[in-house]
Amino acid sequence: MYSKKLMDHFTNPRNVGEIPDADGVGMEGNPTCGDTMKLFIKVHDDRIVDAKFQTFGCGAAIAVSSMITEMAKGKTLSEALTITKESVADALDGLPPQKMHCSNLGADALRKAIEDYRGRLAGAPAAG
Amino acid sequence: MRYFDHVATNPLLPEVLDAMMPYFKEQFGNPLSPYDLGIAAKTAIEDARAQVAALVNAKAGEIVFTSSGAEANNFALKGIALAKQQSGNHIITSKAEHHSIMNTARSLEKLGFVVTYIPVDKYGLVDPKDVEKAIIKDTTVISIIHASSEVGTIEPIKEIAALAKAHNVTLHVDSVAAVGAIPVDVAALGVDLMSMTAHQFYGPKGAGALYIRGGQRILPLIYGGIQENGRRAGTENVPAIVGMGKAAALAKRDLAIRTQHVTRLRDRLIDVIGKVESVHLTGHPHNRLPGHASFVVEYIEGEGMLLMLQAKDIVAASGSACTSKALKASPVLISMGIPSSMAHGSLVFSMGIGNTEEDVEAINEELPKIIRRLREISPFGKSGWGKSEPEATH
Repeated sequence: MYSKKLMDHFTNPRNVGEIPDADGVGMEGNPTCGDTMKLFIKVHDDRIVDAKFQTFGCGAAIAVSSMITEMAKGKTLSEALTITKESVADALDGLPPQKMHCSNLGADALRKAIEDYRGRLAGAPAAG
Repeated sequence: MRYFDHVATNPLLPEVLDAMMPYFKEQFGNPLSPYDLGIAAKTAIEDARAQVAALVNAKAGEIVFTSSGAEANNFALKGIALAKQQSGNHIITSKAEHHSIMNTARSLEKLGFVVTYIPVDKYGLVDPKDVEKAIIKDTTVISIIHASSEVGTIEPIKEIAALAKAHNVTLHVDSVAAVGAIPVDVAALGVDLMSMTAHQFYGPKGAGALYIRGGQRILPLIYGGIQENGRRAGTENVPAIVGMGKAAALAKRDLAIRTQHVTRLRDRLIDVIGKVESVHLTGHPHNRLPGHASFVVEYIEGEGMLLMLQAKDIVAASGSACTSKALKASPVLISMGIPSSMAHGSLVFSMGIGNTEEDVEAINEELPKIIRRLREISPFGKSGWGKSEPEATH
């Protein structure tokens, strides 16, 4: 059901944990299946220098979370915003169709983390 | 492989396969054919019918073979509801039923029948008093699950049967998970119809049966020829039926030994896993299937646990949303008042005669580590579930 690459990211997830002094935090969940992802980013000179995650969810949800942190690290914010659900799924050599919607929360959580960071810069109350 | 998903299916016993083989090969006749080859097939089916009847203390003529437990459930509920339509259109069932009863009841609602779904308590138990309260003048049939494959709870069938009889309502029980696992006696229980399936007691897939008390009127689900006395048309699956008969005979012979074996394994597993922090046994603590241990594990999700268990060569089941094709948490767990957030962490271990103490010790050693690992990844639990409850959007 899952690709080898996905299983690798599920079994050995990269960047698990919290960043206590994160510059942006994004939380995304699917109320039907319960999958929830919390993504923390550290930003320096408009570039994501670190990313960590905490995820409640199935194997696909955890692998997606691991993959998105790997993809986001080192990218500028505008580059990071071009990451889509499809590109995350492709990077994992595909997701089963029924998991495409419910467990593919990474791109949305990243977008929210970036919005949170930008909101904080603008002095707005932190969201997420 | 350490196989702990006997509620999904059981492996076929070698003796059962041996009994079936001739009917795949030289004894290929159609049981309706009048010559020797047909008569041999017909005789084999009737022998199997007697064997299945003996397992549940029925008369042979009260057993109708079907293709599965699901077919037996469909046949029972639709067959009785439609046969008694002149006397009423009200059906009673519970909220803890298998899909094959739940979805059949829903299909009957679309045909104009009215269905009452009795709630269950936190153990998954139906209160007979609730069933009695739900009975009205128009009630024709009650269908209750005998034992839950999801939470293991065994329902008070005898009590429900007594009041069904007192109110002159037909009672069907879905005993798919019970027959072959616990002693089942249709006469002592007092039920009118009972569904069962062969692959729950080491028989083949593709054979099920419905016990229909003598004299009970029912409409067929499948119309056609005169097979099964006109109650279930279609050329019989002779090898599977023969296998079901053989498996029933072995289940009857070995029931006490089997029960004792799996009960010991179950108790050992519950003893260790039930003590892991924020892990809760689901279903009734004592009144449950002998080889059934089910839990909800807080803060993590079932599919991840199953994948990690499989990496350790242990296979089990989960009622979590992610493991279901429908991506919805188990309605049975929800009906027991378990929050959906917790139902996602469902795990079901069902033991069989092939399991050993070593198998159980492997779970007891690996599962707590897996739970710890997945909780490290989870955003929940560190400061209490309630506080970190997902504010999901979409």
